Amino acid sequence: MNKVMSNKAVIALYVLPSVLLILSIVYLPILFTGYYGFFDWNGVSDMQFTGLGNYKKLLRDQQFWNSAWHSLWFALMSTLSLIAYLLVALLLSGKLSGSNLLRKIYLVPMLLSSVAIAQLWLKVYHPSSGILNTILEFIGVQNTPNWLADPDIVLWAIFVPILWQYAGFYILIYYAALKNIPEAVIEAARIDGANPLVIAWRIKVPLISEVIKVTVVLAVVGSLKYFDLIYIMTGGGPNRASEVMASYMYSKAFKSFDFGYGSSIGFSLLLICLVATWLIRMLTASRDKIQYGG
Amino acid sequence: MIKTRLIMAATSVVFVNRTAPRLGSKIGRGILYIILIAAAIVQLLPLVWLLLFSLKNNQEIFNLPPFALPERFRWENYSNVWSHGKIDTYFVNSVMVTALSVLLTVLLASFATFALTRMNWKWRAPVLGLFMVGYMIPIHSALIPLFILFRNIQLIDNPLSLILSYTAFNLPITIMIMLGFYYALPREIEEAAVMDGCSVHQLFFQIILPMTTSVMVTAAIINMIYNWNEFVFVNTFISSDARKTLTVGVQNFVGQYSMDWGAIGATLMISTIPVLLAYFIMSNRIVEGIAAGSVKG
Repeated sequence: MNKVMSNKAVIALYVLPSVLLILSIVYLPILFTGYYGFFDWNGVSDMQFTGLGNYKKLLRDQQFWNSAWHSLWFALMSTLSLIAYLLVALLLSGKLSGSNLLRKIYLVPMLLSSVAIAQLWLKVYHPSSGILNTILEFIGVQNTPNWLADPDIVLWAIFVPILWQYAGFYILIYYAALKNIPEAVIEAARIDGANPLVIAWRIKVPLISEVIKVTVVLAVVGSLKYFDLIYIMTGGGPNRASEVMASYMYSKAFKSFDFGYGSSIGFSLLLICLVATWLIRMLTASRDKIQYGG
Repeated sequence: MIKTRLIMAATSVVFVNRTAPRLGSKIGRGILYIILIAAAIVQLLPLVWLLLFSLKNNQEIFNLPPFALPERFRWENYSNVWSHGKIDTYFVNSVMVTALSVLLTVLLASFATFALTRMNWKWRAPVLGLFMVGYMIPIHSALIPLFILFRNIQLIDNPLSLILSYTAFNLPITIMIMLGFYYALPREIEEAAVMDGCSVHQLFFQIILPMTTSVMVTAAIINMIYNWNEFVFVNTFISSDARKTLTVGVQNFVGQYSMDWGAIGATLMISTIPVLLAYFIMSNRIVEGIAAGSVKG
């Protein structure tokens, strides 16, 4: 038995295709991104070694910090929105008929491509014919906002479709976790006289804290690498008011053909994502593991 | 402790006047439903509006109230964009790229997950870690070298560049979805098979793989949604119209016909319908796959 199941040739045959693929398409390229960052290069002519030139330039680049701030803003807002998602999941996880259907309806926007979401919301926000301003005009609002062309509100206007798109995803994760709490734990608390609010806040939320930590990482890292929706809806505009790190990298590399500088942005994005993941894990590390009463 | 609780529960049933809280809880439940249903309407409303304007002409879109029905449904929006907007080409390309990537990903992930969970070898933990960390890596950090790589091996504007990228970047989540299922398979199956003289290949192909059909379907459908909707790789690697898939194709189309809302609505609907259909048929599996892929890692 053991001999058969530790046959080296078979293991290699089964694992190597996947390992080679992920090494060559995911890991090797990120190393090359770091490497290209040391060069001045338009992708075609000879590469000029500039040492830390690109990275030094990056540290002083107002536009990079501007885009990094916007990415951070999205990360912060996405994390805050988790609270709303958790509340809905808590409401949904009570003994409620129809919760299954509701949960599935919430998830529908998650199935759409970012192109479809972006184009649809471009129409929603359309200054004269969009559904939003049509409704606002109908209820008597004058000077309806030009949502995506106003630098002061463009980030909020982009955040709403993100909130809309991911709602079902996080509600689903929280719901699944809440349903995993043994009924006996809740029942015991109820018999001890705890009201539903206390049960939710003091028992259910702590019991799914591990899942909440995972969702915080997902929300933060997901926001830091956010790209498609912004690229399609505003292209980072107006006047870079909605530029994020990934869109800045893309425009440097594939519009200005500054591959070296683009690479240094891409590598910084990777480092920031890894540091953020590590930081969140460190800050939320629990010293005592919660256990269900057995 | 449990005994006292039981007694307390019993007394509360007997002595507490139950009508007042029951009325209160009924109102509470009503408010609860209003909140939850309002949220559901918010989630669906933009899509209902999209469906409606995909069936109107410009005049109806701009002059009628947003949710008014057109005088007749203009299905010709769909047939027009299908044949004149190259949407048919993009659609076929999307089907091909998605199907091949899903097949390759699920197959490779099944091999890898089998070896990672059922076979004994020294490097199991680090190799599993390699896949798990892959989930956190932003594609933009790999995009420039990938573009250079594919250009050097002449795969730019070739669907193979998409298939390889989709497979590599989706292996982590696919393996995550499969892990739990593979861990739960009883050891006795392998013992019995090996005792009967099965080779590892026979064990994998004839016994394990058929047993994991349900998790393969779940993984496949999650992969299908991701690949069907992918935008950045297509936008970067594919340049000719004949090879573009729906996401970028639709984006181009909208750029060209930005004035024709009905046509735009119809293309967006066409690009979305296959996924919505899959969801309608297999929502339980999709829900399960998304939950498994995101948290169990």
